[in-house]
Amino acid sequence: MGNWIESFACSVLPFEFQEFRQELSGDHGMDSRRLEDALNILETDSLSRKFADFTAVDKVSFAVKSQEVFGLVGPNGAGKSTMIKMLTTLLPPSEGTARICGFDIIRQSSDVRRQIGYVPQMVSADGDLTAKENLILYSKLYDVPSSERIPRVMEALEFMNLTDVAEKRVRQFSGGMVRRLEIAQSMLHRPKMLFLDEPTVGLDPVARASVWEHILELRDQYKTTILLTTHLMEEVESLCDRLGIMNEGKMVALGTPDELKAQIGNPEATLDDVFISFAGKHIRESESGFRDISRTRRAARRLG
Amino acid sequence: MSSVGPFITKALAMVEVETTKLRRDPTEVLSRAIQPALWMLVFGQVMARTRAIHTGNLPYLDFMAPGILAQSVLFTSIFYGLSAIWEKDLGILQKYLVSPVPRAALVTGKALSAGVRGMIQAVFVYALSLALGVHLNFNPIQFIGALLAILLGAAFFSTFSLIIACIVKSRERFMGIGQVLTMPLFFASNAIYPINMMPGWLQVVSHMNPLSYQVDLLRSTMIVGGIQTFSVGADLLVLFGSTVVAILIAAKLYPSLAQ
Repeated sequence: MGNWIESFACSVLPFEFQEFRQELSGDHGMDSRRLEDALNILETDSLSRKFADFTAVDKVSFAVKSQEVFGLVGPNGAGKSTMIKMLTTLLPPSEGTARICGFDIIRQSSDVRRQIGYVPQMVSADGDLTAKENLILYSKLYDVPSSERIPRVMEALEFMNLTDVAEKRVRQFSGGMVRRLEIAQSMLHRPKMLFLDEPTVGLDPVARASVWEHILELRDQYKTTILLTTHLMEEVESLCDRLGIMNEGKMVALGTPDELKAQIGNPEATLDDVFISFAGKHIRESESGFRDISRTRRAARRLG
Repeated sequence: MSSVGPFITKALAMVEVETTKLRRDPTEVLSRAIQPALWMLVFGQVMARTRAIHTGNLPYLDFMAPGILAQSVLFTSIFYGLSAIWEKDLGILQKYLVSPVPRAALVTGKALSAGVRGMIQAVFVYALSLALGVHLNFNPIQFIGALLAILLGAAFFSTFSLIIACIVKSRERFMGIGQVLTMPLFFASNAIYPINMMPGWLQVVSHMNPLSYQVDLLRSTMIVGGIQTFSVGADLLVLFGSTVVAILIAAKLYPSLAQ
C-alpha cells in the first residue's frame, strides 16, 4: 500500500518533506500517526532464511521508521547477521521479502543498493591506501559525478574529523578513526538508509563515544535512517530510538526502550534486564557461534 | 550502451587502486621476479645445452622466453582468487557487493588489475631475455600484440582463479587447489616444449589450455623469428573468448562468495 509513497518520498522528495512530516507529528496526534506509518523506510514481511535444516531467520516482520536509529540486538547466533545480509541484498531470503524505500530487496535489489550504505563489522577500509584514496574509490563506485567527487570527499573527511589525516595511510589510524572513515565511505552517495554491523566492537570508550556522536550527527544532518546491530545495551541506550530483540531467529521484542521496560513490568529496569528477560532463556548455541566469536575477536584485535 | 562508460570508470577505479598499492609496496612483485629468473638461468641454460628439445632454427632460450613470461603471468594471476577470499574475510567484498556496481564491472576490474601485474612481470622477463641475448622483437605492432597476450592471459587466469575461489570459499582449500592447478596448466602447454613433442593425449589437453594460445601469441610477437602453432587470429579469439566467458561466470558466482 504505502509502497509508492515511500519510494516517492525517498527518491523525489528531499528533506523538506521529511521536515514537514516532523512538524506534523508534533501537534496533530492521529493524522501524523497515519503519515508516520506510511513513512516506514523499511518493512519486512515474514522474512526467513534457512541453511540446510537450520532456520537462521524465522518469519520476521518488522518496520523501521524514516530517520530513526533502530538497534537490532540479540545473542550470538540469534540471526542478526543473516538479517543484515538479507536486507543489504547480500543474501537472498528463503521466504518472505522486505522493502527498503519502497523497493523490493529481491526483485529490485539494484534499486535498493542505490538507497543504502553498509559498514561491515570487519575492518573494510584499505590499510594500504590513504583516507582520501579510500573515499575517492567509493565515490567512483557509487557514481558520484566527477565534478562533485573531491568536494564530497572533502566534506566527508571534514564531517568525520579526518581532514588532518586525509593523506595518511589508514594502516596508521586508530580503531575509532578507521570506523569513522568507513562510515564516511558508506555515506558518499547520500544513502537514505545506513546499516552498521556492530559499529563499535573493539573500540575504547572514548573512540566509541566519538563514533556514537558522529552517527547521531549524520542522522540529523543528512536525515539518514540507521539500523545497527550491537551487543552493548549502553549503545542502544545512547543511540537508538527503538530496538528489536532477536532470539533463535525470531523477533521476540520490538519497541522503544521505555516500552520494553514497561513490557517486562519494571519501568526501573535497565536495558540489560530487558535483554535478559527476552533473550536470556534458551539461547541457541548455534554452529555459527564459534565463527561469530572468532570474527568478532579478529575485528576487535584489528581495531584495538 | 549508455552504461558502458560508468562500467569502465568503475573497473578502472579498481585498477587505479591496485597500481597505487603496487607502487607503494613493490616487495611482492619483486619477489615474483625470482622464479622466471631461475627458469631461464638454470633450466633454460641446461636444456639449451642438451639440445633435447627441437625448436628448429630458433635457439632454445628464444623459444622458452615467451613461455616463461606466460608462466610468470599465470603464477601471479592465479593468486587473485586468494585475495578475493581475503577481501571476503575483511568485509571489503561485502562492501563492493552492497554497492550498485555491476558484478561484471567488479570482476573486470580485478582482471585488468591482474593485467597490470602481468605487465610488470613482462618488464622483468624482457630485461632478463635481453641480458641473455634472446632476440627480442621491438616492432611496435608486434610489441602491442605481446602486451595484448599478457593482458588477456592475466585477465583469463585471474578470473579463472576467482571462479575457483567462489566455489571453494576458504583460504586453506584454495591454497591446495591452486597448487594442484598451476603446474598441470603449465606442463600441459607449449611453454617450454613444442606441442608436437607431446604424446597424443597431452596434445589434446594442450589444445584446450588457454595458456597454449597465450604462449603461441607471445612466441610470434615477442621474439624475432618466432614459430607459431596456431594463428594470431585464433590465439586472440580463444584468449578473448575464454576471458569473456570466465568474466560472465565469475560475475554470476561472485555474490555467493559473501553469503
